[in-house]
Amino acid sequence: MTTDMNADSYVTEDGRTIGPVVMDLKNITLRFGGVVAIKDISFNIREGEIRAIIGPNGAGKSSMLNVISGFYKPQEGEVWFRGSKRPQMKPYQVAQQGLARTFQNIALFEGMTVLDNIMTGRLNKMNANLFQQAIWKGKAEKEELENREACEKVIDFLEIQHIRKTPVGRLPYGLKKRVELARALAAEPSLLLLDEPMAGMNVEEKEDMSRFILDMNDEFGTTIALIEHDMGVVMDLSDRVVVMDYGKKIGDGTPDEVRNNQDVIDAYLGVSHD
Amino acid sequence: MAQELAPAGAFASIPALLARNVKEYGDRPAYREKEFGIWQSWTWAEAAEEIQNLAMGLLALGINRGDHVAIIGRNRPAHYWAMVAAQKVGAVPVPLYQDAVVDEMEYVLEHCGARFVVCGDQEQVDKVIEVQDKIHHIEHVLYYDKRGLRKYDHSHLHWYVDIQEEGRVAHARLEDEMAAREAELDYDSTCVMLYTSGTTGRPKGVVLSNRNIIESAKNSSEFDNLGVNEDILAYLPMAWVGDFIFSLGQAMWTGFCVNCPESADTLMSDLREIGPTYYFAPPRVFETQLTNVMIRMEDSGDLKYAIFHHFMDFAKGGAGEKHGMPKRKVTTQKKTLEQKIRHGFNYAMGIGFAAETIIENGIRLAFAKLRHGKNVRKHFKAKDPIGLNLYGGALKEYFKYRCGDVLVYGPLKDTLGFGRIRVGYTAGEAIGPEIFAFYRSMGINLKQLYGQTEATVFITVQPDGEVRNDTVGVPAPGVEVRIEDNGEIFYRSPGTFVEYYNNPESTADTKDPEGWVATGDAGFFDKKNGHLRIIDRAKDVGKMADGRMFAPKYVENKLKFYPDILEAVVFGNDRNMCTAFINIDLTAVGNWAERNNVAYASYQELAGHPEVLSTIQEHVETVNKSVAEDEMLSGCQIHRFLILHKELDADDGEMTRTRKVRRKIVEEKYAPLIDALYGGKSEQYIETEVTYEDGRKGSINATLEIRDAVVVGNTQGMAAE
Repeated sequence: MTTDMNADSYVTEDGRTIGPVVMDLKNITLRFGGVVAIKDISFNIREGEIRAIIGPNGAGKSSMLNVISGFYKPQEGEVWFRGSKRPQMKPYQVAQQGLARTFQNIALFEGMTVLDNIMTGRLNKMNANLFQQAIWKGKAEKEELENREACEKVIDFLEIQHIRKTPVGRLPYGLKKRVELARALAAEPSLLLLDEPMAGMNVEEKEDMSRFILDMNDEFGTTIALIEHDMGVVMDLSDRVVVMDYGKKIGDGTPDEVRNNQDVIDAYLGVSHD
Repeated sequence: MAQELAPAGAFASIPALLARNVKEYGDRPAYREKEFGIWQSWTWAEAAEEIQNLAMGLLALGINRGDHVAIIGRNRPAHYWAMVAAQKVGAVPVPLYQDAVVDEMEYVLEHCGARFVVCGDQEQVDKVIEVQDKIHHIEHVLYYDKRGLRKYDHSHLHWYVDIQEEGRVAHARLEDEMAAREAELDYDSTCVMLYTSGTTGRPKGVVLSNRNIIESAKNSSEFDNLGVNEDILAYLPMAWVGDFIFSLGQAMWTGFCVNCPESADTLMSDLREIGPTYYFAPPRVFETQLTNVMIRMEDSGDLKYAIFHHFMDFAKGGAGEKHGMPKRKVTTQKKTLEQKIRHGFNYAMGIGFAAETIIENGIRLAFAKLRHGKNVRKHFKAKDPIGLNLYGGALKEYFKYRCGDVLVYGPLKDTLGFGRIRVGYTAGEAIGPEIFAFYRSMGINLKQLYGQTEATVFITVQPDGEVRNDTVGVPAPGVEVRIEDNGEIFYRSPGTFVEYYNNPESTADTKDPEGWVATGDAGFFDKKNGHLRIIDRAKDVGKMADGRMFAPKYVENKLKFYPDILEAVVFGNDRNMCTAFINIDLTAVGNWAERNNVAYASYQELAGHPEVLSTIQEHVETVNKSVAEDEMLSGCQIHRFLILHKELDADDGEMTRTRKVRRKIVEEKYAPLIDALYGGKSEQYIETEVTYEDGRKGSINATLEIRDAVVVGNTQGMAAE
């Protein structure tokens, strides 16, 4: 590897361009009462990369994602987004900045169709007021058409045409995960947060999902931060990996570096105490 | 032989027909495809321009006369255009099966020596790139769906649309060359090369000339009165001759519209949205649809259930054939006032009786529920409305059918996507009498035909009004058929193929100098009506040890007519008795299991369930009885059988891609099971290798139970009678 990964931007082996830092987390500490969920963690996410956060159960990975998405407010530390310090924001404001996420436990509208669910991902792009919506004139109609087109592109991309009109409640788990991804993708995020996108899937579904994540990154240049337990998937997909254990960062670097990091090995395989 | 046939006017090739269509039907839709949730359409003029640009682009890439252009992908207008574009520049299109694994694809690509390959998407491009390690004559690969291909090495890989763009730019420079090449195409130049599915051995490249395609398309279109107003859904593999004839040959000849589904998964809803007027499907598709309908009816309300069965029974009793069939002549003229009034009156009567049926049966059901509670379904049968009794005999039947049309047949046809269907065909395998009757009684003009790639599909077809379940019809227009002494069927027609590519021995084996082609099937003409009946593959018709006739397919088809049985393989050649492997149908049996609280975790477990075995045993015994009725074939009764622990699968080489069983391979692979069947054992352990869809291999093992079936009047005395 001759690429200088510290340069402002570099090209990976498979020809993708990794740009400057978009999200910089500085000395984040998050406490729930006396419990310290995240202890003084710093790391960054660069433009166009796939960044994985891994760690054993209870390591604070999902909390970290919630800090990034603005759902939790860290007691200490700063979140820098695109070169400026991010003030405390409501999640919807964060979403307007171009962040989108999926959830570990699927959070879709079960009674609504797949298409409608995906359309909710476009909410930030719609400005028509209630009155316009009600009479379906002017802005409302135009916006709906534009957004439907964008949604159809996502549906085509994720190959879920056959369930377009199916209520989400009737779908199997693997497809629901895909629909959730579609909803996040419909928001055209610049940074996409995926919380265990492959949990509970079989090998074939995992392969499909991995392909979608890579294609997404490739086609739309979406920066992706993901939490995942399947080591094979993480090592194959990601450009850089952060390893957390008990709220602390114990490793950070390329998959190879992390794989050979003694702390990481100890955390995953356990340490003998003699 | 067929030289005396003059070319049909000036249209001696597909590109010539395209030019005619542009002139005559320029602004009529030629192709539709559902993309991004909307049906996108192209008129003949637009399609011709797309084809022109692509052809120019191919020319700019340096395509030569006679080059083979492989086309691999699902049914999309762009892929059909690629075929015509190749013809325009004097090259030969070779469509391949898109679900073929790399090995199969490698053989075909090597055999045809393709220099150009048009792929649908990344999946196909990956396969071609893998093949390129071993075959070096592939120079340019085009792809249509860009997704995931951005990072690939593009020195020999091109986006379809880029090539079209290049062709458009290079228009002026290449116009003369292309016009010259197009003018060279005549009735005897090659139109397409199609690979047989390879039921036996390696696939063979069947070369079909423009004469074959155009004459066959012309004759068959006239036979069924196909016109420019038809709509078809193109969903069958592009590599199959049927799709080529329907979606390209007949479409070009008549100028009708070809509709392509959005994806394989959306097929059923796309079918419904389009409502084709002309439709082709293998029996399996009809079977699956019928199974789904029946399963959903089981889950419907009591009233619906009763009314459905009441009217279906009525229609199957012959009323459907009498009153339901669509009119043969389609007039584009507006209806006269009298016709409108008559139609309106009939429809109003239908609706009136339908309303009466629902109300009367609803009230009766309410009383029946009071008496029988939850068992009402068993005891309650729907009845005709009282109002119908006002009419006598024929009129009563007529109005009852109209009433059923409003209540059952119409909505059901609409749900299945057959609302507008005028002509439907099924071929490839025998279709179950139940299934056939079901569709026909609903007023769907479903017919059978018999054909093969080498004949450009058509050998025999059933004319309207002479449709039977157990025959395949009379010789198609222009086709001569004769039967050899050993029962083998020979034919000669304008559709008879030119040759097998690079395989003169096989060509000589199949086609004699006079142009007669051996089909390899055994059959005979029914003395009563002159229709052809097929028994089996001629070489599969064997002799049992004691000299009695052995026709496995005949018995297998009878077995497969049961919805529970997906596939059956009967053995018995040179043996003293017949035995069978059976594959259960997971949908039908799984549904039965759910209904009867039978828990199962896998196909294997369900297949080994004792109750499933008993049900199948009943089916086998019923089949034995019906086989015994035919004196010649009474030796083919099944003495012992077992249910296989896995589905026979094309990925494991046990079937062809068109889902025909490869008997030899099955016989070798499951040799221990066959030994056990004949060795009198009551169970047998077997370990089988399976190939997953991504090409990896695994193995499954099982201990299978073997059962004896009762046979009728047999000398073997294997089982108690």
